[in-house]
Amino acid sequence: MATALFFIFAGFAIACAISCVYHKNPLYSAISLIGVFIALACVYLTLAAPFIAVVQILVYAGAIMVLVVFVIMLLNLEEESPLNRLRYLYGIGGALGLVLLAQTFFIFYAVTKNQDKNLKPDDSVGQTLNIGAAMYTEYLLPVEIVGILLLMAIIGAMIMSRRLRRAKLELVVDNKEE
Amino acid sequence: MEPSLASYLALSGILFTIGAVGVIYKRNAIGMFMCIELMLNAVNLSFVAFSRYYSDVTGQLFVFVVMSVAAAEAAVGLGIIITFFRNKLSVDVDDASILRN
Repeated sequence: MATALFFIFAGFAIACAISCVYHKNPLYSAISLIGVFIALACVYLTLAAPFIAVVQILVYAGAIMVLVVFVIMLLNLEEESPLNRLRYLYGIGGALGLVLLAQTFFIFYAVTKNQDKNLKPDDSVGQTLNIGAAMYTEYLLPVEIVGILLLMAIIGAMIMSRRLRRAKLELVVDNKEE
Repeated sequence: MEPSLASYLALSGILFTIGAVGVIYKRNAIGMFMCIELMLNAVNLSFVAFSRYYSDVTGQLFVFVVMSVAAAEAAVGLGIIITFFRNKLSVDVDDASILRN
């Protein structure tokens, strides 16, 4: 059962990822990416990690992608123009893709070959109780660091997207030149 | 019967490959940003798979950290994209060449 679900959602995730890269219109890409996130959340459920699955939907599909779609709408982007220069990027991208795919197949082959018989999947690891207990005892410092990181991101985003008063700045420059 | 660790790692690797190729092919900054999110997600999947199969909660905690970094990246990155669009009226990364001269 879990295997069938895994392969269904894995296929869905890969198809959505390819469509995300393929589409020229950023809005279609964003919607395909939401499909990838939802499929991955279902894959996390087959891994018995309900907390991560819910956080994936909330943070990625809920917060980040809403922000991305909002920015796409705000900027009113049209479709990408066809690539007219930097044509060698096609070669580099194809080569990189081939190398990474070969690496993926090597990992699959090596892990399948040297399968550890002692590996026992543990369903209790992904439960919210265990994650919460670990988060606020053993891993308290990383959680605090994440909090400071988010605070820095908030301040940085506000400073970045603030509108500078250009007129006043020019006035200062003019005064100095005089 | 459940899928093996290798199949999760293969899915993770394939998604990472698609994301990496996308970062190179895409020319608008928002497309590159979305491909980076795709790569982060692929890595998260391998973390969760290892965490499950080795019965260690650290992997899931690290996924939490990666998600926070992705959220911070979204806030700051989209701020940069909006500022860039305000100055250049485009989000094409080829136009970001003001430091060249």
